[in-house]
Amino acid sequence: MKIKFTFWKLVFLFLMAAGFCATVVRFTRGLGAATNLSDQFPWGIWISFDVLCGVMLAAGGFTLTAAVHILNVKRLHSIVRPTVLTAFLGYLLVCVALMYDLGKPYNIWHPLIMRNPHSVMFEVAWCVMLYTTVLALEFSPIVLERFNLQKPLKVIRGILIPLVICGVILSTLHQSSLGSLYLIIPEKLHPFWYSPLLPVFFFFSAIAVGLAMTIFESSLSAKYFGRQLELPILQELGRWLVVVLSVYAVLRFEDLMDRGVLKLTLQPSYEMYLFWLEVSLGLVLPLILLLQPKVRMSAGGLYLSAVLVVLGFITNRMNVSITGFERSAGTHYFPKWTELAVTGAIIAAGFALFGLAVKYLPIFPAEEPTGEESIEATSGTVLAAPVLRHAGD
Amino acid sequence: MSKALLYDATICIGCKQCEQGCAAENQLPYGDAIAAEEKQSAHKYTAILTRGDKFMRRLCMNCQQPACASVCPVGALEKTALGPVTYDAGKCMGCRYCMVACPFGVPKYEWNKLFPKVRKCTLCSHRVANGRQTACAEICPTGATKFGEREDLINEAQQRIRDNPGKYVNHIFGLSEVGGTSVLLLSGVPFEEFGYSTPDYALPMLTYRVLSKIPEFVPLWGVLLGGVWWITHRREEVAAVEGQRPAVEDHKERKQ
Repeated sequence: MKIKFTFWKLVFLFLMAAGFCATVVRFTRGLGAATNLSDQFPWGIWISFDVLCGVMLAAGGFTLTAAVHILNVKRLHSIVRPTVLTAFLGYLLVCVALMYDLGKPYNIWHPLIMRNPHSVMFEVAWCVMLYTTVLALEFSPIVLERFNLQKPLKVIRGILIPLVICGVILSTLHQSSLGSLYLIIPEKLHPFWYSPLLPVFFFFSAIAVGLAMTIFESSLSAKYFGRQLELPILQELGRWLVVVLSVYAVLRFEDLMDRGVLKLTLQPSYEMYLFWLEVSLGLVLPLILLLQPKVRMSAGGLYLSAVLVVLGFITNRMNVSITGFERSAGTHYFPKWTELAVTGAIIAAGFALFGLAVKYLPIFPAEEPTGEESIEATSGTVLAAPVLRHAGD
Repeated sequence: MSKALLYDATICIGCKQCEQGCAAENQLPYGDAIAAEEKQSAHKYTAILTRGDKFMRRLCMNCQQPACASVCPVGALEKTALGPVTYDAGKCMGCRYCMVACPFGVPKYEWNKLFPKVRKCTLCSHRVANGRQTACAEICPTGATKFGEREDLINEAQQRIRDNPGKYVNHIFGLSEVGGTSVLLLSGVPFEEFGYSTPDYALPMLTYRVLSKIPEFVPLWGVLLGGVWWITHRREEVAAVEGQRPAVEDHKERKQ
């Protein structure tokens, strides 16, 4: 336990140090020195991963609050807090990443006073701004409780439902709009990824990833924060995940068929391999796994499927924003070390902030206190046992 | 009303004076090395492409319905009534969506500056606003690049194609491409050979037809979510009340 903790601390320190060096390069020598971006390839990994994937990975916030507060699925209540925390941190980190990517970050506030209602980016800017505020308010009871501030707590609880509804509306808008961003380039984006349905795909996959991330982080919390694994909750999320993934898969392939692109998916090409990587990781494998009751009911099976879904849709976002462009741009793009270092530091900061919040704030519902050793042992068995059971299958 | 350029590749002799005039007008460096770069960049707003003895000019097309201006979140790029698509560096926050969106790959970026700007031809908007023609048209020794009213130039281009059968590809590039552009091109060889190929419809509608639904979508989605909340929680209240009723009635009965 102790050695492991130190190891992750070292990894964290290394990532932060590399991120710091990259930050210095970015803000003293500009985008040209800090990135492999070019006139042919104006958007790189900071947009693809840090913004597109970042917003997608934080989608658990609106998915879970909608399930618990709107659909009234009470069983999921105990995991709302860690999910809202993840979403809030996610959006804050997206804003940090934007400060790196924007050529003139000091003008980031301009959409507040300069409007262009024809611009998807303008709409995304407003939605992200407002939704981060909503998340801050949804998160605030945790802080208010910690300091026992009853009055503001009462106010927030009083407006919770309208707040959740606003959050769901804003999320629906910008999760889908991140796909709409690419609607304007029918000639530049490869037909595997350009579709009039891009906003619909982005929205549905955000829900799928929201559910998968919730399973993922609940499993990790069980392992590293000594939480009881709430298996029945994850099983329910797993069932929802099957439904959302299936709907997405049907829609995705119907769309490919309608646009006459289906046959292209069988002709070997650079894009074909990455298309199938995306589809196998995000749809085929997790659906095969989750449709088997034995896997769907086991902690290990759920964890594995969730990780696959997350990886699959990260691949999807990278494909839409990088792979799909390379042919029309006439060049390949691979991020520079500085781009990777900033992204790495942002991910590391996300994990560290989550850990700190869990340590100092009432994120998880109160449990009977137990010794560290025994928690590690129990959660370790909870996680490991199903995996071992299946190893023999 | 709106001004435009007509570039006739069959008259062009590839002297690149338009490049030079453009550089001088926009205070950009120019020399043999830059003349040899056959592409637009942050320091070269127009370029003459050479394929054997054929030439073609590349510059910002100053579209009638520009994708760049439609995607710019802060309105830094703007289509003016006079024709030019202008850029306001003071508004720009550097998101580079214009570069992604432009169907011609025109906007270029000052990658090596700490506070970079988007760079592109603006159809000499400062000159055009004062009733003058663009620097490239003024300097062109053969009249290959001609400045004028867009309507007049279209008529002239059609006339040239009619009067010289076989000389031109029977097409005015920019008449209807991406909804029409303020730079019109005539050529003796297919435009695709010089990398000119774009859809025949205006691009901004592709995003706007989704965006324009938002004002109607928000109240609809809000009412739907509110309604679902009401029903799911109402059920629970009813259940709670029904669960209590026997107890209440018991209490009443006892009282009586």
